Amino acid sequence: MSALAELGPASGAAEPAGPKPKRLTAGRLGLYAFLIIAALFFLLPFYVMVITSLKPMSEIRYGNLFGWPAAPTIAAWLKAWASACTGVTCNGIEVGFFNSMKILIPSVILSIAIGAVTGYALSFWRPRGANVLFAVLLLGAFMPYQVFLYPLVRVFSMIYLYSTLICIVIVHTIFGLPVMTLLFRNFYAGIPIDLFKAARVDGGAFWSIFLQLIIPMSTPILIVAVILQITGIWNDFLFGLVFAGRENMPMTVQLNNIVNTTTGEREYNVNMAATILTALVPLVVYFISGRWFVRGIAAGAVKG
Amino acid sequence: MQPRFRNWHVQLALLPAWLIVVFAYLGTMVFTVRMSFTSSKGIPIMDDVGLRQYDRLFHTDRWTISVENILIFGLLFILGCLVLGFLLAVFVDRLARFENTLRTIFLYPLAMSFVVTGLVWQWILNPALGLQANVRNWGWTSFTFDWLEQGDRAIYLVAFAGIWQSCGLVMAIMLAGLRGVDQELWKAARIDGIPTWRIYLHIIIPALAPMFITATLLLATAVVRSYDIVVAMTAGGPGISSEVPAKFVIDFLFTRQNIGLATAAATVMLITVLVVLMPWLYLQYFRSAPGARRAA
Repeated sequence: MSALAELGPASGAAEPAGPKPKRLTAGRLGLYAFLIIAALFFLLPFYVMVITSLKPMSEIRYGNLFGWPAAPTIAAWLKAWASACTGVTCNGIEVGFFNSMKILIPSVILSIAIGAVTGYALSFWRPRGANVLFAVLLLGAFMPYQVFLYPLVRVFSMIYLYSTLICIVIVHTIFGLPVMTLLFRNFYAGIPIDLFKAARVDGGAFWSIFLQLIIPMSTPILIVAVILQITGIWNDFLFGLVFAGRENMPMTVQLNNIVNTTTGEREYNVNMAATILTALVPLVVYFISGRWFVRGIAAGAVKG
Repeated sequence: MQPRFRNWHVQLALLPAWLIVVFAYLGTMVFTVRMSFTSSKGIPIMDDVGLRQYDRLFHTDRWTISVENILIFGLLFILGCLVLGFLLAVFVDRLARFENTLRTIFLYPLAMSFVVTGLVWQWILNPALGLQANVRNWGWTSFTFDWLEQGDRAIYLVAFAGIWQSCGLVMAIMLAGLRGVDQELWKAARIDGIPTWRIYLHIIIPALAPMFITATLLLATAVVRSYDIVVAMTAGGPGISSEVPAKFVIDFLFTRQNIGLATAAATVMLITVLVVLMPWLYLQYFRSAPGARRAA
C-alpha cells in the first residue's frame, strides 16, 4: 500500500509500530551498532560492580577490572552487610539499611498524605491565598536546598528535635511537598469538575468528598507518588547527612563513609558489594514498577 | 451553603502546607539572607557588617573555583544529557523493536542515587586498578587515563558520570514527545523529498521545543543541587579542584564554621536561580487568566 506511511518512524500515537525492516541497509546497521554500543555503555558499570564484588582482593590487585572473577566468592557481600567499618564501628551496611527503612516508611506516608490533601484543596476548593501558596511551593521545587538548611537546623535544635528520626521525617515531608502537591493538583485538574459539584450538591463536606470520592479515584497517581517518594527518599544523601544524626544515619551516608573514609587498604570488593546493596531497593522498585516508573518521572517533570 | 464553615475546613487542611511555606521556605530564606550580612562564625551573631561577606566570598579561591566548576559541569551535563538522550530516543523510536528492553537499560541508572553513581565511576576511573590498569594489562602499556587525579580534569569526569545517570530521563521525555508528533508532518515532509536527518533537524526538534525546555529545567535544578555526586566521586579533589557551590555552602556551614560566608554563598545561589526562574514561572503559570482552575 502506501509506501509513505511505512516510512514514518511510528504510525500509532502510543505504539512504536514503525516500519518492519525488510533487509539490512547501511543505515539500519548503524542504528543497531549505535544502540548496542549505547546499551553496553549503560550496562558496563553494573557489570563492573557485580564482578568486583565477587572477587577476592588478591585478584583485584592484578588490575583486571573487566575480567570475569577466577574464583567467585560472596565473602565481600557478607562483610559489606554485617561487618564493614565506618570510622570506629564495624557493623556493616546493615545498620544503614534498617535506618533507611525507618526513615522511608513514615516519610513516604506523611509526604504523600499532606501532598494529596493540599493538591485536593488547591484544585477543587481554591480558597483565598491559594495562588500565593502554590507560587511559593512551585518556587520551592527549584530552590537550592542550601538556602533552607541552616535556619532549619537552628529551629530543630531549639525544639530539641535536631538529629532525631522525627526531624528527618519532617524534613523529607517539607521538601517533598512541592512535587507531591504539583503531582496531585495536576491529576485532580483532569477530573471533571461536575463530578465534584454533584458531590457538593449532595451535601458532601470537605473531608467526606476527599475520602469517599477523590481518594478512590486517585489510585494511579498514588502509585506514581509512592514510586517517586521511595526512590527519592531512599536515594537522599544531603538531608540524611545533615538532619538524621548518628543514630539514624541512612544507608547512602553510611555507604559513602564506608567507601571514602577507610584507612589502610581499600577493599574494593566490599565497597562494591555495599554499593549494590544500597542501590538494591530503588532498583527493585524500578524493575517491578516498569512503565509506572516512566510515568512517575514524566509526572515529576513539573510540566504543570 | 455555609461559606464560613466550609472555609474553615479547607484552611485547616491547608495548614500543614501553609506552615511549611511560611516557616520552612520563606522564613528560612529571609533568615539565611539576614545571616549573610553578619560576621557570624561558629555561632550566629546578629550584627551588621554590610556586604563584607560577599566581598570576601568573591575573593575566596574555593568559591571562584566552585563557580567555574558548576559552569563547566552544568554546560557539559545539560548538553550531554540533551544530545545523548535525544539521540537515544530517536534511535529507539526508529528501531521500533526491543523497546522495553532498551528503555529498561537506559533508565536503570536513574533509579540509583548520585552517591552510587559517583562511587561506581570513581572505582572504574581510578588509575591504579581501574580502566587504565586494565587496558595496560591488555598490552597497551603506555595507555594513560588519570583525569580523576588531575586537578583540571576531574570535573569533566563528574559531568560524564552525571550524564550516564541522568540522560535516560531525557530519553523518556523525548520518546513521549516523538510519539506525540503528528504523522501528517512526516508524510508531508516525505512527499517533499526532504532527507530524514533534515526532517529531524528542522521539523521534529522545533516541534519538541516544550520537551527540551522541561528537560533543561529539570537538569538545571539537578546542577544547582549537585552535591552528592561530587562528594562521592572526588570529595571536591584533587585538592579543591572539583568543588561546587552546593558543597562550598555545606562545608562552611557545618565543618568550617563560617556561617556568614556560607549564607552569603547560599544567597548568591538563591539570587541566581531566582533571576533565571522568575520569567519562566510567570509565563508558565500566571500569565493566563489568574485564578483559573486550569491555568497550568
